[in-house]
Amino acid sequence: MKVSSILATKGTNVITIRPEQTVKEAVALLVERNIGALVVVNEAGQPVGIISERDIIRAAARREDVFSQPVGQVMTRELVVGLPQDDLISVAHTMTEKRFRHLPIVDQGKLVGIVSIGDVVKAQRDQYKGEIDTLTTQIMTDEA
Amino acid sequence: MTQIGTDANPLRVAIIGAGPTGFYAADHLFKQSDLVVEIDVFDRLPTPYGLVRFGVAPDHQKIKNVTKVFDKIAAHPNFRFYGNVEFGRHITLSDLREHYHQIFFATGAQSDRRMNIPGEDLQGSHAATEFVAWYNGHPDYRDRHFDLSQERVAVVGVGNVAVDVARILCRTADELVKTDIADYALEALGQSRVREVFLLGRRGPAQAAFTVPEIKELGELADADVVTLPEEIELDDLSRASLERNPDPATIKKVEILQEYALREPTGKSRRLTIRFLVSPVELIGNERGQVVRMRLVRNVLYETEAGTLRPRHTDQFEEMSVGLVFRSVGYRGVPLPGVPFNERWGVILNEKGRVIDPDTQEPLVGEYTGGWIKRGPTGVIGTNKSDAAETVKCMLEDLANGLILNPSQPDAAAVEKLVRERQPNYFSYADWLRLNELEIARGRAVGRPRVKFTSVEEMLTALER
Ligand SMILES: Cc1cc2nc3c(=O)[nH]c(=O)nc-3n(C[C@H](O)[C@H](O)[C@H](O)COP(=O)(O)OP(=O)(O)OC[C@H]3O[C@@H](n4cnc5c(N)ncnc54)[C@H](O)[C@@H]3O)c2cc1C
Ligand SMILES: NC(=O)c1ccc[n+]([C@@H]2O[C@H](COP(=O)([O-])OP(=O)(O)OC[C@H]3O[C@@H](n4cnc5c(N)ncnc54)[C@H](OP(=O)(O)O)[C@@H]3O)[C@@H](O)[C@H]2O)c1
Repeated sequence: MKVSSILATKGTNVITIRPEQTVKEAVALLVERNIGALVVVNEAGQPVGIISERDIIRAAARREDVFSQPVGQVMTRELVVGLPQDDLISVAHTMTEKRFRHLPIVDQGKLVGIVSIGDVVKAQRDQYKGEIDTLTTQIMTDEA
Repeated sequence: MTQIGTDANPLRVAIIGAGPTGFYAADHLFKQSDLVVEIDVFDRLPTPYGLVRFGVAPDHQKIKNVTKVFDKIAAHPNFRFYGNVEFGRHITLSDLREHYHQIFFATGAQSDRRMNIPGEDLQGSHAATEFVAWYNGHPDYRDRHFDLSQERVAVVGVGNVAVDVARILCRTADELVKTDIADYALEALGQSRVREVFLLGRRGPAQAAFTVPEIKELGELADADVVTLPEEIELDDLSRASLERNPDPATIKKVEILQEYALREPTGKSRRLTIRFLVSPVELIGNERGQVVRMRLVRNVLYETEAGTLRPRHTDQFEEMSVGLVFRSVGYRGVPLPGVPFNERWGVILNEKGRVIDPDTQEPLVGEYTGGWIKRGPTGVIGTNKSDAAETVKCMLEDLANGLILNPSQPDAAAVEKLVRERQPNYFSYADWLRLNELEIARGRAVGRPRVKFTSVEEMLTALER
């Protein structure tokens, strides 16, 4: 299974923020959309970083005026990006090994979505559940 | 506002598509306590079950047992089936809005992905989807012709569908007669002159999409030897390192099986199935009659993406092989439904967790939902659609609780039946199907087969004496 099958059920609207916007705006968006991270994009729409709940908490521990800081100051810059054709199995492994929770997905240079570790785990769980379900149905209807 | 979902005012749901997703969605809805729901399931074909009837390979009869589960769901008194009724042709979105509170699209993936290489449309080059539908007796594909007088066949792709196609091509008439393969396909395949079948993977053995039982089965064919090439199943450095970091048992098993195939001595069986890796077709070459005669392949090497996936990259090494028949099995693809927003990029209905999304506002469209292959794309086994449908049904129940449902002017079953009768007098009910099912099984019993399918709508109408 590929990353694209996760993106297929996430609409087309990717919620992003610009580096010059404030952390306060970022927090408002995270809460409003009930998500854990935002991709930070430049004018051209290219991802330049990611800002997560964790980044904000870490920054808050350093300084009290974190809310008025520009997103660009607080975001994580070392950005790993994925492709729609990335295999789920390798994405799951890379995300757990390198300990990041959100992976922006880029297609031909354009941001097309974001997948969280939760999405990946759910997709894998659904896949296993589906396989087990198919097998048990076969066995049960055989006996019936 | 009157409460919907009670005895007096049942929740009325239309499901478009009677594949696994349609049945699982109905089941989830029926299982809600405190909810009275009436479900009408429409399918463009007279028969239910979707790809379980027209996709799942005929030599995998056990998998088709899941239809017993579907029949149980259909036996619910509030379940109705309208077969041979096509959304967009016999009934439209605005019709449905007049009769239902919620509409669930479960139309699967009705088309195929292309390779986008020159020569793809030469005679003798087909989509695996068409071949699969043909041998399974799909009424729209029964008249297709595949030139089985050719000796050499290439199947592009190494997913489970490619494996199905290669396996069916390698089966003997004796093996096939024990299945419910369409009778015309049994005859054509019985006279097949195919000797060499090539399965072509663009990446290495560790990245192949097929699953362990399917690849194992290829080693147990009655009259075909299976072969892999030692230099292609030897893992490259990147694959080896990746497998060491992430020792996934299924991948390890797959590689072991493929390596064992390379060691096998030919046993003189009349057919040979060769599974190749790290090659991509770049061109199909035709003769003067426009018939495919050769395929040009490029060798690939693997590179690692940032997220750790090994992807193929073309080298400058090419080879040509002679083939007379080509099946591309590089994936299915969903098609748009009239009036329903579509996401071209992924070939699915535009949705969030199964709620259909308005492309202009990016907000959910009230009362419209989707599930299965047309929601998430053409991947996953039958059971995967169960949890997928459950996710959508959860959204439907949430929206119902919040009063976000359609407001139909005629929410009653009799009005729908009248409408369908007008638009498609030759519709099929579930009782019709159960009768056809008995007849098919009886026809099979007479000749020692599990079933002999009806493969045209006329045949089915005649069988029902209509
Ligand atoms: C070749 C092949 C072999 C497979 N083998 C296996 C296997 O061995 N084991 C396994 O577990 N899984 C297998 N699968 C996967 C499994 O078949 C799918 O996961 C499953 O069928 C998808 O269910 P669905 O309901 O979303 O779509 P479908 O099964 O495709 O059902 C969609 C239904 O919608 C109907 N429809 C489409 N358009 C319209 C319209 N406009 N109006 C009305 N009705 C419409 C179609 O006629 C069809 O009946 C196989 C798939 C393929 C392609
Ligand atoms: N017995 C069973 O349980 C069974 C039987 C049939 C189907 N199914 C299920 O049904 C689903 C669909 O199966 P599927 O085989 O159609 O899809 P699939 O599993 O996605 O396989 C598609 C194959 O095509 C290859 N491919 C894609 N584009 C290509 C290109 N341009 N050139 C060369 N190769 C290309 C892919 O390679 P890459 O990986 O490199 O992209 C992959 O090997 C799967 O989930 C499958 O498991 C199950």
